[in-house]
Amino acid sequence: MRTSFKKFLASGNLFIWGCAAGVSVSLLMVFGLLLLIMINGLAYFWISDIVELTLKDKQHVTGQLAGREIIPRSVTPDRPEGKGRLRIKIGNRDIYGLDFKWVNDDQIVSEMYPADIVLLERREWGNMYARIKAVYRGEAVQAEGNEAGWIALVSLISTANDLHRQITRIEKNEIGSINADIEQARLKIRTFEIGNSSVPDMRGRGQIDDLKAQVVAAESRYQEKTIELEALRTQFDEYSILMVDANGREKQIPVGQIIRALRPNEMGLFHKSWIYLTNVWSVLSTEPREANTEGGIFPAIFGTVMMVIIMSLIVVPFGVLAALYLREYARQGAMVRLVRIAVNNLAGVPSIVFGVFGLGFFIYAIGGTLDTLFFPERLPAPTFGTGGILWASLTLALLTVPVVIVSTEEGLAAVPREFREGSLALGATKLETMLKVVIPSALPGILTGLILAMARAAGEVAPLMLTGVVKLAPSLPVDGSWPFFHFDRKFMHLGFHIYDVGFQSPNVEAAKPMVYITTLVLITVVVLLNFTAIVLRNHLRKKYAGSVL
Amino acid sequence: MPPSPPSTEQRSQVEGLIPQRLNVQDDHRQSPGHDSKAHAVKLALSQVDFFYGDRQALFKINIEIVKNQVTSFIGPSGCGKSTLLRCLNRLNDLVEGSRLEGTMLLDGTDIYGPDVDITDLRKRVGMVFQKSNPFPKSIYENVAYGPRLHGIKNRGQLDQIVEEGLKGAGLWEEVKDRLQASAFGLSGGQQQRLCIARALAVKPDVLLMDEPCSALDPVATAKIEELLFSLKQDLTVVIVTHNMQQAARVSDWTAFMYLGEIVEFGLTKQIFTTPSKKQTDDYITGRFG
Repeated sequence: MRTSFKKFLASGNLFIWGCAAGVSVSLLMVFGLLLLIMINGLAYFWISDIVELTLKDKQHVTGQLAGREIIPRSVTPDRPEGKGRLRIKIGNRDIYGLDFKWVNDDQIVSEMYPADIVLLERREWGNMYARIKAVYRGEAVQAEGNEAGWIALVSLISTANDLHRQITRIEKNEIGSINADIEQARLKIRTFEIGNSSVPDMRGRGQIDDLKAQVVAAESRYQEKTIELEALRTQFDEYSILMVDANGREKQIPVGQIIRALRPNEMGLFHKSWIYLTNVWSVLSTEPREANTEGGIFPAIFGTVMMVIIMSLIVVPFGVLAALYLREYARQGAMVRLVRIAVNNLAGVPSIVFGVFGLGFFIYAIGGTLDTLFFPERLPAPTFGTGGILWASLTLALLTVPVVIVSTEEGLAAVPREFREGSLALGATKLETMLKVVIPSALPGILTGLILAMARAAGEVAPLMLTGVVKLAPSLPVDGSWPFFHFDRKFMHLGFHIYDVGFQSPNVEAAKPMVYITTLVLITVVVLLNFTAIVLRNHLRKKYAGSVL
Repeated sequence: MPPSPPSTEQRSQVEGLIPQRLNVQDDHRQSPGHDSKAHAVKLALSQVDFFYGDRQALFKINIEIVKNQVTSFIGPSGCGKSTLLRCLNRLNDLVEGSRLEGTMLLDGTDIYGPDVDITDLRKRVGMVFQKSNPFPKSIYENVAYGPRLHGIKNRGQLDQIVEEGLKGAGLWEEVKDRLQASAFGLSGGQQQRLCIARALAVKPDVLLMDEPCSALDPVATAKIEELLFSLKQDLTVVIVTHNMQQAARVSDWTAFMYLGEIVEFGLTKQIFTTPSKKQTDDYITGRFG
């Protein structure tokens, strides 16, 4: 018995089992986490049926079922232990103040799914679950009752959405560009005033007058646009709808406030699937509403991707040059070893420290200097002297440069000596050998570094909070106004969005699915970015692989 | 300061085997002898000592290498053959702390002279390595690498150079239809001939070959040996080999090296049939080494 156990130990089976268990546990944790995020995130897009509950106290609760649980240990008599309860998303926040409501199982008298309940998705106040009482045009009744009202509403909403798009376009693009013109002219006047603080000469005064005339012209254009907007807004608010909920409470809503009206209870599976896809698309492509708890996350996706790309453009040349020097040019000795240790340890510095450094060095020192040198007319409003996507990217580049250095060095070390000697023996200089043979062969290693750097950077939040991320950015860092790329702008980021929506939001329950979705999107973005780099790396590996016999 | 002797332990071991004491330093210049009068000297080495840091690898090398002939270096591992070869195109400069004393003349000019352009030297003295080392590029780009470095950009001219190089290395017929394919798709022998073609493309005067066939099968080896006969029409070949039959087959001159010294140098026929040193005889007949 003893010897057989000894034999068993010596055979190494136990060790293999241990290894396998380690791998299994890791995989289980990773996939479990992914599964949890996916189930919770993807379920949000599915439009579930609207339930109408009648309670013992003759009250009605209408809404979508959001969860079911056994009541946890409690002391209050109205929450008896061991019984079930339902969590219902009741919407109608403007009536009841809360989006969600707990209903104990034993309170419920009846549970129905009436086909005629309407779900209104609104620009403000969240969803509404109710029936239509009447549709008004101004004060006049256009249609009365739920069925007639529904038919009238469907066509009204599409016109309202068109109008809304028109209004947004005028507000954003046209008035936006007029404002930009006014700002430009104002800044030019400021420049003149700063430049000639004493009596301005005739030419200067003439130019100032020109600019002032421009401002006046732009302001009158602004007035025109405002009038146009007003007209559209009246048109927009012309129709309104009177809703009544199961408890008889009424609420009048302008049709312009409604994004979408649905009757989920009478939808088939196919229709619901279609709605599912449109929901996914709208989250990916639209801007957030209602303190980020509703609407989409497009600006955050855009900000994350752009920041990672800018960071990559900075970190790769920087890291590769450093690695080249350390590996190929520097005399290998105590000094280089010391530098290498320092670089490796840099990767272990807490990221918030990099954030503080970015704030102090990039924003205050460099940004502040840039402002006084190039944008004095805008002071005291800072241009580069405040957080922005450029500074955030630079800070993250600093954070990830050790990874790139280390993997580039490894890539360089893996280039066979024979390649270098072969090139040198043909009369190439060291630089030529480096550029034509060594660096191309080390490219897969460099890309590995980039992949690791991107994964790290996309998930970092703490340094961004100090260097330019905001919970709601008024405009994207890239847009149609010159110079198109606005590196000084603040931006939104998926990681920060998770923190902000999940933990800073006034409406935690409503925000919960958003957190899962944002997490899912962040993971997807990282995977996609990495996948691109991995495909590129495999392509290069194939090209440069095989090497010597 | 006299050079420190090579590891004394090893030396005494050899001296035990061979009673006759070596004294290479005495016969000052090992010239090819009377037959060489007709030949022009391409490379002339005199009193060359070479050091890796503190360790001396070559001792008082004196040798003349004849133009348009094949000279081979034989000897056991670690005897300094490759080191000597790599001194001829200054590839040893890469080794930190290496140092050379004595003179090495290529066509009468000192290779280690102060105003020698190393790039130029390496262009004149090409090299083929023990392991074939094509670059991770296409066959065409491998051969065109050298000419491109030296400023040839014209596509037609490059095409011609590539074709000449590949023909010179006897590879043209095998690869002419797949010049743009990766060099790694070639067999070991083809890769080695590609490396020869690459070296030929910069039009060197001298071709150094460091055990070019040690990783190849007999068929590929035979092809490269055949190639050597045609190559010496245009250039001087210096080859290092472990394979004594090969040295006997391909070379006109043979030098036997041992522990960083040249023991014997002469016409190949003479070295292999009537060596003057017992040590050479022992090595050639396989009694040691």
